Amino acid sequence: MIAMNVNLVQHLLLNIEETVSIVLFGIGFTILLLHRNLIKKIMGMNIMDTATYLFLAAKGYITGRAVPIVVDGIQDVEAYINPVPSGLVLTGIVVSVSTTALMLALTIRLYERYHSLDLDEILILAKEEEQT
Amino acid sequence: MSRKRDNYETSRWKKFKDWLDGEISPLDRGMEAREAFFVKEEVSAEPIRQETEGPELSGAGEEERRREVLRARGIRYFQRFYKVMSVALCLGIILVLLWTVASLPITGNAANPDNNEVAARYIERGLQETGAVNIVTGMILDYRAFDTFGESCVLFIGSCCVLVLLRLDSDSKNESIRKMIAESNDRHYEPKNDLILQKCACVLVPVIMIFGIYIVLNGHLSPGGGFSGGAVLGSGFILYLNAFGYEKMGKLFTEKLYKRTTLCALTFYCLAKSYSFFTGANHLESGIPLGTPGAILSSGLILPLNICVGLVVACTMYTFYTLFRKGGM
Amino acid sequence: MELFECILLLSLIVCAMSVAFTKDLLTSIIIFMSYSLIMCIIWMILQSPDLAITEAAVGAGVTSILFFLTLKKIRAIRKEDNGEQEER
Repeated sequence: MIAMNVNLVQHLLLNIEETVSIVLFGIGFTILLLHRNLIKKIMGMNIMDTATYLFLAAKGYITGRAVPIVVDGIQDVEAYINPVPSGLVLTGIVVSVSTTALMLALTIRLYERYHSLDLDEILILAKEEEQT
Repeated sequence: MSRKRDNYETSRWKKFKDWLDGEISPLDRGMEAREAFFVKEEVSAEPIRQETEGPELSGAGEEERRREVLRARGIRYFQRFYKVMSVALCLGIILVLLWTVASLPITGNAANPDNNEVAARYIERGLQETGAVNIVTGMILDYRAFDTFGESCVLFIGSCCVLVLLRLDSDSKNESIRKMIAESNDRHYEPKNDLILQKCACVLVPVIMIFGIYIVLNGHLSPGGGFSGGAVLGSGFILYLNAFGYEKMGKLFTEKLYKRTTLCALTFYCLAKSYSFFTGANHLESGIPLGTPGAILSSGLILPLNICVGLVVACTMYTFYTLFRKGGM
Repeated sequence: MELFECILLLSLIVCAMSVAFTKDLLTSIIIFMSYSLIMCIIWMILQSPDLAITEAAVGAGVTSILFFLTLKKIRAIRKEDNGEQEER
């Protein structure tokens, strides 16, 4: 049992980037659930985004290999890291900016209407409005 | 005191049972309590109306107050429960994911299953097939160009949504909207004609712009490309706007220009990619020369596509800024 | 290099935690900005400079500017509200 645990921790330390990205994901998720402030929630969402990108980038990394930019005409698989996760993450970063902008715009509109950033208060006021 | 305590116990039990049965939600209970807390005027107006109608006013009022206290207590319990449950949920998710990570293959190992034949093909034949020295750019703008087109559209749609949400129309008939425009013209919230900012901007803006253009134009040769270069260009615009105000920026960048640029860039992207899809997935037969790898005018369609994406991104970033700041261009 | 990377990863976690625990929104936005910058250095170490350059321009630059603007707008609205209440 103890040997298995030691093995587990060792494996986690070898996969340090993935471990950290999972922890960051958890922190972001906790912020998303526990904070009632909408701006904090959006930040938590952004942290979750970057954690996912870190995970993907770490998956594409290969020790001792170079950036996937062809130098001196060397086109050997052994020379470069995996370019696929980089492309995926590049797409993700830009999309996450536009979703962030959209969410912030919604937050401003909500604040203009309900004069509050607290999600619970906004829900209560909105329900109240519905009933009247 | 003891009677109240009894009363409290029974009612809490009843409420709990109601909640279990799904007849009321805790948020509803909180809602009424909060209503009393927030909209004091309305609540105080309400009992007066009751006073004129119903005879038993004092008893009802006391009852109501007690119920309010109970509701506030209920929502507090619910919040505590919610907090405990969400922390437990997060810890559970982290533990499960960490367990998964512990059984994943070790990072940086070349034999990992994700380094498969797809990546090998991109690396081995990318230079011949796309002409781009930067394999990532060649991948996202040639092999997977359709994906990038969708992404540019997502940016465009995002800026449209922000426009719908935050736009303040000056032609509007509505008086309150016009008042909001006057208020949101927030030049009076900040010092005008800040000399230090202007001098710094004079030095920095050209450098930032040239750097952005460099990143966009060298997307196929070095790290970077349309997205990062466009964002740098957009930030340059934002700095210029902050230093010199809307009047000077309005001469350079208007809403019409934004519409035309974005439309032209997206249409060109669409047409160019349609052409290369039409002529065949392998772009060697499309009649567009790939040039010598490493030269600036090489790699076929990648350079124009990079410029298109850069224009869309720069315009979108600048539009986000102006919309958030002023509610218009 | 490994030690450097470990320090950076640790500071990532510290930044994320302090985003969660800071009360002031402005402070947490600035911490979030530094979080993005650290992330961009880590991507440089992981040999993907495309991501690093994009994150530096987009994550640390534009996203934080949008957050700042939102905060500013909300404070302006709040100021208006307070002014109206005083008038009453």
